[in-house]
Amino acid sequence: MDQITPKPVKQFKVIGTRPLRPDGIEKVTGKAIYGADLSAPNMLFGLMLRINEPHALIESIDISIAEKLPGVKSIITFKDFIKINPDNKYNETLENCIANEKVLYDGHAVAAVAAINLNIAKKALKSINVKFKKLPFVINIEDAMNKNAPLVAKGKKNENIPDGFSDNVVQYCSFGHGNLEQGFNESDKVIKRTFKTPSVHQGYIEPHACLASMSDDGKADLWCCTQGHYNVRSICSNIFKIDNSQLKVTASEIGGGFGGKTTVFIEPIALALSQKSGRPVKIVMSREEVFKATGPTVSSLVDVKIGMKKNGKISAAKAIIRYEGGAFPNETYELGAQSAFAAYDLKFVKTEAYNVLTNRPAQAAYRAPGAPQSIYAVESVIDELCQYFNHDPLYVRILNAADKGTKSSYGPTFEDIGLKATLEAAKVHSHYTTPLKDNQGRGVACGFWFNFGGNTCVSLNINFDGTVGIVEGNPDIGGSRSSISQIAAEELGISLEKVKTIIADTNSLGHNDVTDGSRVTFSVGLATIKAAKAAKKELCKRAAKLWGIDEEAVIWKDGYAYPAGANAGIQDPLSLEDIAKVSSQTGGPIAGHYEVNAEGAGVSFGVHLVDVETDLETGHTKILRYTVFQDAGKAIHPSYVEGQMQGGSVQGIGWALNEEYIYNNEGKLQNPGFLDYRIPVSSDLPMIDPVILEIPNPGHPYGVRGVGETSIVPPLAAINNAVSRATNIRFTELPLSPPRVLKAILNNL
Amino acid sequence: MKKLHVNVSVNKNEQEFLCNPEDTLLDVLRNDLQLTGTKEGCSTGDCGACSIILDKKLVCSCLVLAAEVDGSEIDTIEGMANGNKLHPLQKKFLEHAALQCGICTPGILVAAKALLEKNLNPTEQEVRYWLAGNLCRCTGYDKIVRAVMDAAFEMRNENGSNYT
Repeated sequence: MDQITPKPVKQFKVIGTRPLRPDGIEKVTGKAIYGADLSAPNMLFGLMLRINEPHALIESIDISIAEKLPGVKSIITFKDFIKINPDNKYNETLENCIANEKVLYDGHAVAAVAAINLNIAKKALKSINVKFKKLPFVINIEDAMNKNAPLVAKGKKNENIPDGFSDNVVQYCSFGHGNLEQGFNESDKVIKRTFKTPSVHQGYIEPHACLASMSDDGKADLWCCTQGHYNVRSICSNIFKIDNSQLKVTASEIGGGFGGKTTVFIEPIALALSQKSGRPVKIVMSREEVFKATGPTVSSLVDVKIGMKKNGKISAAKAIIRYEGGAFPNETYELGAQSAFAAYDLKFVKTEAYNVLTNRPAQAAYRAPGAPQSIYAVESVIDELCQYFNHDPLYVRILNAADKGTKSSYGPTFEDIGLKATLEAAKVHSHYTTPLKDNQGRGVACGFWFNFGGNTCVSLNINFDGTVGIVEGNPDIGGSRSSISQIAAEELGISLEKVKTIIADTNSLGHNDVTDGSRVTFSVGLATIKAAKAAKKELCKRAAKLWGIDEEAVIWKDGYAYPAGANAGIQDPLSLEDIAKVSSQTGGPIAGHYEVNAEGAGVSFGVHLVDVETDLETGHTKILRYTVFQDAGKAIHPSYVEGQMQGGSVQGIGWALNEEYIYNNEGKLQNPGFLDYRIPVSSDLPMIDPVILEIPNPGHPYGVRGVGETSIVPPLAAINNAVSRATNIRFTELPLSPPRVLKAILNNL
Repeated sequence: MKKLHVNVSVNKNEQEFLCNPEDTLLDVLRNDLQLTGTKEGCSTGDCGACSIILDKKLVCSCLVLAAEVDGSEIDTIEGMANGNKLHPLQKKFLEHAALQCGICTPGILVAAKALLEKNLNPTEQEVRYWLAGNLCRCTGYDKIVRAVMDAAFEMRNENGSNYT
């Protein structure tokens, strides 16, 4: 687990160390409280009625028998939400939680029940009589785009859609620059291929859970596992037409999200059931519900055409991207178009992308949403061109790599980026030159993610005993409380043990954007540094007061206030603790806070190397060795940076080799459980070797870049390239599951 | 419907509870005995988040009916530390950063403890196959496997019988 630091710019004391995480003991002893772990006095249990049809017109929902069952306290349908607020008719987020006029996918909910126990709630669900008319449905991208396709939803189509498609094609975008034709004419070889990837699920182990209490006057408390409780508050207060201040949302410990917990699925339902019954209501999803009704990724159909010169230089590149994200429009297609060629410095490049509606659950973000699919296609064609010209795949990538000053394929010009350094590190790593045996292949691929900044608040309170409490508002999904405490300790010059970071509820701190886009360590870290600077300024002021000198004559260094120079007089330095202890006499408690819409997140690149062995008799592929090279800007807690690199890689391995949503001819999901939807298990894998590079992000005082998402991007192509090289068959569709690979091997004999 | 009366030892404490015939042991642990450290990830025995030790055997508590365990001994994550002294596995999971979100951690710790009680010198492959029934979506298992191997090493050197 090497760390490569080409240009150390700043000496740190706490940053870059690997302390034990502050929430660790709770989590290894079973004490940590997750979404489903909290109960309230007099609580009811909520369940949702789901229809197992891909597309149906709801004719009637008869709850008359169910509501008379002893122990049933409230039942709701979409109509209740229209009664609460007529605008809900147009609310797509709500309509994904509970169907309005139509069932839009297998597992779409149509009603919900709250009862005194789960057995009664189950009985009530069975007593609800739903009459519906089945409608023609469409599941796959090609079918849905076809002029004659059944229409998933009316009136969703944007004006800029090119002609020739059904109205299921609702959004379109294009990016790029230069004269493509000229570029392709200059090529010595052009390869064009079409690639497919399936829907896959984020697969967090904790199903969605919430506990809601809402009174008739609209005052409400909501506890839930979410990546963004402020976003939950915005969505729910909009649905219930209540003020933000009246809905307090508290984020539980969160059992994984990966983007899948950035929206709501059950929270408005639990609130409505609670309001109607006058009692707290808890809803916990089953695993089947999670698979059927929460966001998988988009599935994709991508054409890529790349021209290359003999010397390995890419002369032109084009991609046509089609993403299907279920029954509601989404923005993922645009991210796919922007990221497709981001790793390369190209004169002639164009991407076009279409977003297509189908009768599947609404897609939700999944770690670098949109990037793995389009980059899978691009990196696979580049590998094929490398094979054609017999070029080293890392050489070709270094030759074409985007660098500082490159005008990216999606518009912006890059600042300092770490792609070349990452590729060079891969090239000299022992992994790259280790000999391979028969039926083994080595795959290489690059990955990219934008990284987000966004709205962020941090409050930093200095206690009378000299300890420090940080209040931030982003659910800690992978150890961020540790990173934020480290940043505060570094900036204040105190020991880490003196700092504790907590996640505030929505009434205790200003708005914070969702924990997504790899934004937390960057944005919350940035705000923490600024809050600490504000606190230091106040500490200097108090020291000045104690010394009877001007506040400008005091400086802060390594945890102590000093007189600025000889003119300021000679004083013993005062520690943070010294000043805090007497702060009551110098003006009261000391704190710093900072609020920002953070910019300058700094894009991130990674390169993955993988060795595989494919069994020619079964089609099964084994991962033999896996190495991840990624630019972290600055790793605050290297163990958790490595964890992001390893975890994302393994999710990508699952995507490449096994995971897929399987629908039958009736449009019903066939594998809504972990037995048939197979995520990687420990015996499938070798160790995942992470190599952290640190090319400082100029947009952050410590150089931090987000690290959470890039690692899921390269595995799809890296494994595709490795299996293609191991078998001498070019694969263009995932997953590379044994039946698919075996079929190709048999066809190729 | 008449409830069933069950006597059981949980983490060495004698307990009794009433349950419906269809209640799972996981339901009772979480809802009646307030032992929410045991997690529910799938309720079909596929994810291992609800792993417990039932009469010295590692089981998924979502696949056991509560009514079946009368007279049994159960160990859950809440009984793993000795008071406030962490078990070496718990300590090593923290040192190796072997958890991110932590939802699978209780089940994996219970499963790993069951392994080390049978085999205090497991190979990496033995650890990986033993833990294959415990899904983790965050870590990619690398640091988990290292933590288990390191805990085994420490327990061998400090005479593992103290911990088993």
